[in-house]
Amino acid sequence: MGFPDRIERVVDIAHPPAKVWAALTTAEGLGSWFGDKASIDLRPGGAAQMTFGGGHTADMRVERVEEPTVFGFTWHISGLPDDDPRRTYVEFTLEPVGVGTRLTVIESGFAQLPGDAYHKAYDGNTSGWASELGELVDYLDAA
Amino acid sequence: MPPDSEAIAEQVFVALADPSRRAILAALASGGPATATDLASRLPITRQAVAKHLGLLADAGLVTAEPGERRRIRFRLHSAPMQVAQQFLAALARDWDGRLDALRDHLNK
Repeated sequence: MGFPDRIERVVDIAHPPAKVWAALTTAEGLGSWFGDKASIDLRPGGAAQMTFGGGHTADMRVERVEEPTVFGFTWHISGLPDDDPRRTYVEFTLEPVGVGTRLTVIESGFAQLPGDAYHKAYDGNTSGWASELGELVDYLDAA
Repeated sequence: MPPDSEAIAEQVFVALADPSRRAILAALASGGPATATDLASRLPITRQAVAKHLGLLADAGLVTAEPGERRRIRFRLHSAPMQVAQQFLAALARDWDGRLDALRDHLNK
């Protein structure tokens, strides 16, 4: 498999979990390091939004809130049309290590496809016309 | 991941690796459906070459032929394979290293 479905990072941070938790889950925190501005309704199903330089925004849906150890949200796969249903899931896990925190972030779901709809569209659009194109090439080559 | 999605993405990247095919796709994206003759007149590519590139783009599912009289068949961009390729690009563009550095800097302030 040449492409990742999942991204995982582990970093040790010299601050206690409560402080890291606040940076991850409050509008003030997210707006400081992640986006330029943020809003968040911190409960499963709650909405969060970040605004980045240039006016680009990211809409997130809060999925898991287990203070101060697990924070999860889903968001859009950037680059796809706004109405595309595919989302990736991001989960932060905070583990106390001494006076600091071991922070794990896992983002998964890059390789998902929207079920059969895509395959239908793909197959339907590519079958049955290759021969026509062959005729076209013949025609142009003869011209 | 369905076994064929990586193959689809690979075809997209192969298609985009050629400057003439990029020019054809860009022309269809910006100007809408066009015949091979239209494309040949707008681009510095011969009709024969346009037709061959359209063949490869069709095999990759990146363009489709509209029904019509043979000489007037218009080709249109088909975006579904691009969206598969974009998933892979999205994974490469997420930049968690940069974000986690920013988080550290924020906490150290």
